[in-house]
Amino acid sequence: MKQTILAVATAIAIGAASAPASTPAFAAGEGPEIPRQSWPFAGITGQFDKAQLQRGFQVYKEVCSSCHGMSRLYFRNLVQPGGPEFPEAAVKALAAEWPNQITDGPDDEGKMFERPAKLSDPIRGPYKNEKEARAAQNGAYPLDLTLIAKARSVERHAHWTIHPFLMLGDIAKGYQEGGADYIHALLTGYVDPPADFKVGEGMYYNAAYPGHQIGMPAPLSEGSVDYQDGTPGTVENYTRDVATFLSWAADPTHDQRKSMGWQVVLYLLVTTVLLYLGKKRIWAKIKH
Amino acid sequence: MSGHSSSYEPTSRWGKWWDERLPVARMMHAQFVEFPTPRNLNYLWTFGGILFLCLATQIVTGIVLAMHYQPSEAAAFNSIEHIRRDVNFGWLMRSIHAVGASMFFIAVFIHIFRGLYYGSYKAPREVLWILGVIILLIMMATAFLGYTLPWGQMSFWGVTVITNLFSALDTIYDGMGTGIVEWLWGGYAVSGVTLNRFFSLHYLLPFVLTGVVVLHVWALHVAGQNNPTGLDIKQPSETVPMHPYATSKDAVGMFAFITVFAWFVFFLPDYLGHADNYVEANPLVTPPHIVPEWYFLPFYAILRAFTGSFLGIPLGSYAKLLGVIAMFASVIILAFAPWLDTSRVRSAKYRPLYRMAFWAFVFTCVALGYLGSKPADGVYVLWAQIFTVLYFAFFLVAMPVLGLIETPRRLPKSISDAVLGSGGYGMPVGAAAAPEKR
Repeated sequence: MKQTILAVATAIAIGAASAPASTPAFAAGEGPEIPRQSWPFAGITGQFDKAQLQRGFQVYKEVCSSCHGMSRLYFRNLVQPGGPEFPEAAVKALAAEWPNQITDGPDDEGKMFERPAKLSDPIRGPYKNEKEARAAQNGAYPLDLTLIAKARSVERHAHWTIHPFLMLGDIAKGYQEGGADYIHALLTGYVDPPADFKVGEGMYYNAAYPGHQIGMPAPLSEGSVDYQDGTPGTVENYTRDVATFLSWAADPTHDQRKSMGWQVVLYLLVTTVLLYLGKKRIWAKIKH
Repeated sequence: MSGHSSSYEPTSRWGKWWDERLPVARMMHAQFVEFPTPRNLNYLWTFGGILFLCLATQIVTGIVLAMHYQPSEAAAFNSIEHIRRDVNFGWLMRSIHAVGASMFFIAVFIHIFRGLYYGSYKAPREVLWILGVIILLIMMATAFLGYTLPWGQMSFWGVTVITNLFSALDTIYDGMGTGIVEWLWGGYAVSGVTLNRFFSLHYLLPFVLTGVVVLHVWALHVAGQNNPTGLDIKQPSETVPMHPYATSKDAVGMFAFITVFAWFVFFLPDYLGHADNYVEANPLVTPPHIVPEWYFLPFYAILRAFTGSFLGIPLGSYAKLLGVIAMFASVIILAFAPWLDTSRVRSAKYRPLYRMAFWAFVFTCVALGYLGSKPADGVYVLWAQIFTVLYFAFFLVAMPVLGLIETPRRLPKSISDAVLGSGGYGMPVGAAAAPEKR
């Protein structure tokens, strides 16, 4: 019992002492703090910019696709409204020339065969499976990128007293861009390691990656993609464009969702007010 | 259902024909049109209707989703993506269903806290209350089973961790816990077999839930609604017919609730979920930080509060078992509230000490929720242990003791007195509770 009282007292003392101090940057189970970016598609009103999605796809095609597939994204998605909206003919041609062909079959002789992709086919990466990828990539596995923007998030390192207010702020703003923030931080996170940090063989230092050692070398450098629309070819631009493209790929109904959302929410607000006025009238003569 | 008779008079021949054979319309008229509701109900009483709406929403969207979902290890994750991407308005159905689970819990927690505040669990509403606790348990089971179905990393590992809890029973009888776990899994690990049976049960339980909801509403219509004063209804003038009075108020509450619901559905569909669940389940890779959905976090914190020792008391090999027992007990203890509370006054409006204990309890639940989301080490465990003690202390200490030592405020003589009396309802409690004039 005495022990229990002691423990409670200690806990309160520790809590009181640690309250004003900021949370350490690397508390257990938490990754490095990642700054939030401003995105044109962010929040409750944001929509994707078609030109940016097209540039983002170009970055994916010319850089990322040499290792990463997007097996849940189909060539037809590149044509559909709310996406990059490339002309159908151009995407047909793109699919036909896509280096990673589709395994189809069996044919009339019972054999599987490779054929060029069509609009209805997924955007395949260079590897047939994880084993082949790891064998080719020195043990590292280039993830499928279709859902990566949804599968990553950023943590907030705030004191518990501030946490509820940050949450309410995020809810009011409609913050859902953690994945894009993470991708941005990762692709711009290839900096020189601290002097005392030992980077393993075949690994690269990355400030944003959990543990700071990543198997992927810095994929982007100034001028590595040749934009056709006059946008400067900087790493920052490539990163923003590809993060935007990946955000769309993970959520292809995003634009429709938000524009429909406004209509629904406005309708509901007006209806709530009308119902409230009706209720007031009904109850006008009732003391309650 | 309840005793009061119905003034329902069928007007058409068709109506009369039915009324002589199966008087459903008469019953509905008596229970949902004429039914007397206390005139002083506030908006917290709209959550019953809101919860019914939540249940209906989950069932309708769930049935549609089940038309496109494939409960197999190989196809489950992809079929969710198929729903999100290719099914017409599939993204909307899935978003409503996923957000709807959270909204259901927000509403049920408010509903339960309302019952605790106004003493709705006390006689003659004990059975009504216990049916509510059963509903909560079925809801939790259904939500847990449903979270398995997307077959993402958090689904898989959440199921693995929670089903594994039963292995704690090995401490009581060697092999019993493991046996139960393997029986639940249908194998030696969580697999497609588990997924398949969980899908089956996830589809079944909402209908069981609906059955218990019918009993819950039945019990409500026998005992009648409690009200903010906690006083019994003494005369008919203290009530108003359910329609249009309660229904018009319910409609406002419901639409306000749906507006918040829609905000999440359209603008924050993934805010309440976890990013790891967009990674397909992989038995070979454990996520660094396994957490359940937010509505389980307080219970999860209680579970994890039992480490090797509890506030300095060594638990040894019983730690896990005690954690599991405490977690289940934290829900089941609600069912005993009618007998743990010794006060004869229902509403916390007139119970100054209980009211403080109530708000401390609300804070405790929120704190446990926060701690449940944090890693189980260091100072977090200690705080979780303290708040676990406070959680149970509310039921086991505050409820019985406060009823004995507390001097309640002077109660109004009746609802009429509180609402129509000189002070009028809505005035400070002291005014409403002023000594009656004779």
